[in-house]
Amino acid sequence: MNEKRRELLKAASGSGVLALAAAAGLIKPGDAFAQQWNKAAFDTKSFAATLKALGASGSTESAQIQITAPDIAENGAVVPITIESAIPKTDTIAILIEKNPNTLSADFDIPAGTDPFITTRIKMAETSNIYAVVKADGKYYHAAKEIKVTLGGCGG
Amino acid sequence: MADPMRIRASMSGDKVEVRVLMSHEMETGQRKDASGAVVPAHFIQNVTVTHGGKTVLSAQWGTSISKNPFMHFRFKGGKPGEKVTISWVDNKGDRRSDEAVISGG
Amino acid sequence: MPFHRLPAAVLVGVLAAIPCICVAQQDAQKEVERYRQLLAEGNPADLFEARGEELWKTPRGPKKASLEQCDLGLGAGVLKGAFAQLPRYFADTDRVQDLESRLVTCRVSLQGIDPAEAVRNPFSAPGRPSDMEALASFVAGQSRGMKLAAPLRHPKEIEAFQTGEQLFYRRAGPHDFACVSCHGENGKRIRLQELPKLTDPHDAQKIFTTWPAYRVSQGSVRTMQHRLYDCYWQMRHPQMDYISEASIALEVFMAKYANGGEIQAPGLKR
Repeated sequence: MNEKRRELLKAASGSGVLALAAAAGLIKPGDAFAQQWNKAAFDTKSFAATLKALGASGSTESAQIQITAPDIAENGAVVPITIESAIPKTDTIAILIEKNPNTLSADFDIPAGTDPFITTRIKMAETSNIYAVVKADGKYYHAAKEIKVTLGGCGG
Repeated sequence: MADPMRIRASMSGDKVEVRVLMSHEMETGQRKDASGAVVPAHFIQNVTVTHGGKTVLSAQWGTSISKNPFMHFRFKGGKPGEKVTISWVDNKGDRRSDEAVISGG
Repeated sequence: MPFHRLPAAVLVGVLAAIPCICVAQQDAQKEVERYRQLLAEGNPADLFEARGEELWKTPRGPKKASLEQCDLGLGAGVLKGAFAQLPRYFADTDRVQDLESRLVTCRVSLQGIDPAEAVRNPFSAPGRPSDMEALASFVAGQSRGMKLAAPLRHPKEIEAFQTGEQLFYRRAGPHDFACVSCHGENGKRIRLQELPKLTDPHDAQKIFTTWPAYRVSQGSVRTMQHRLYDCYWQMRHPQMDYISEASIALEVFMAKYANGGEIQAPGLKR
């Protein structure tokens, strides 16, 4: 999103201003509800840099975060991974793939009433540590698991 | 518009268990085509799941979520017959929204 | 240096060299099994099945007809169990046909699609989905859970079997390979991929019946036609043309050993 739109959305407090802006062509209808995408965090290339971009630099390791994934992925294009946090008041779960070109894979918001549990599938460029970074009650925690990526052969 | 998502929502105890398969290339922007040109990134950036007007899950995704993304999650407060709506927006502004009815489990 | 002080890598190397005791390999195999199990809860082939159903029911082509009257061997429009009895001889075309070749016949005869157009895009590429993969997924799914029972009675079916047998065993090409080179013995593998012995019903019944399948390394459902095309490419044999007589002959040959196996298609593979 360009700077003009960003400033406008920040300043806007009522639909009046946004309607004017839409009419002026500065934003498209629907942009007002355009969702955030943390470009800075998705551009980082290391565990430490990603933590910093997420505001999670003080993250501590926690045994209460469980990463369920195979030790060996037959194909790096699709690696199943489940993250479950037993830390009370978990409200975000992020998945980091250390050796990928960009470390941050996904960032999930977990509202109250939703289990701090997510299964998805990630792409891994090579054997790497996977980190699950959890925000709970204002603090950050993480766990790690190494997944080996192999070339399986013919795929029959 | 992309193909519809395949959503299964069912009761598991007092929780709604949701499994969703989305149809999307999730192109990383690092692949080169046969002519050597880089294929531009094309991937889902935001996912929102709502039930009863309330967001029960939202996510920001990067290019390293697998092609034809899959998600499995659980939330409280849903009942059989009610609807779960899943929406996504990608980096080109394409979007898709599908809903599923919660089954009894 | 005491044995147990050797670096782990050396130990694994030594262990791997001991015949019969390949601990590292067995553990790896177990983990790969686990990888496959964890993937099973959501097969992207579902997306292809859904699209295939829509393609089956939607009127298309110059004749603006759907495929709902397509005869896949059990009568016009009969879907349930049809895939389980393919390949087979068809009187209307006077030849043995497999699923994909029969779908092409129907697209041409029922929908009026130009024959060249009907086979133009059999295997999808990113941004270029293939209708054939979706249709094959849908039709195969309609035989899910049934036992494969491809017939071998008609003279042309028997002739196809014999041709397939010749092709299966005949070594050729720069690698002097035949199908039997990889698929002729129990317990073979390429890297971590096990290779079924295709003439052993024990293997054939479990593996042949999982095609078509979503191949994660391809990011798409791939069909038996693609599997054969890919194998021929791997062997550096001449290109296996789409729905060629040779491809169908090989399928008839394989089906004989796979008959009785439970159809679990569309499957999910590496």
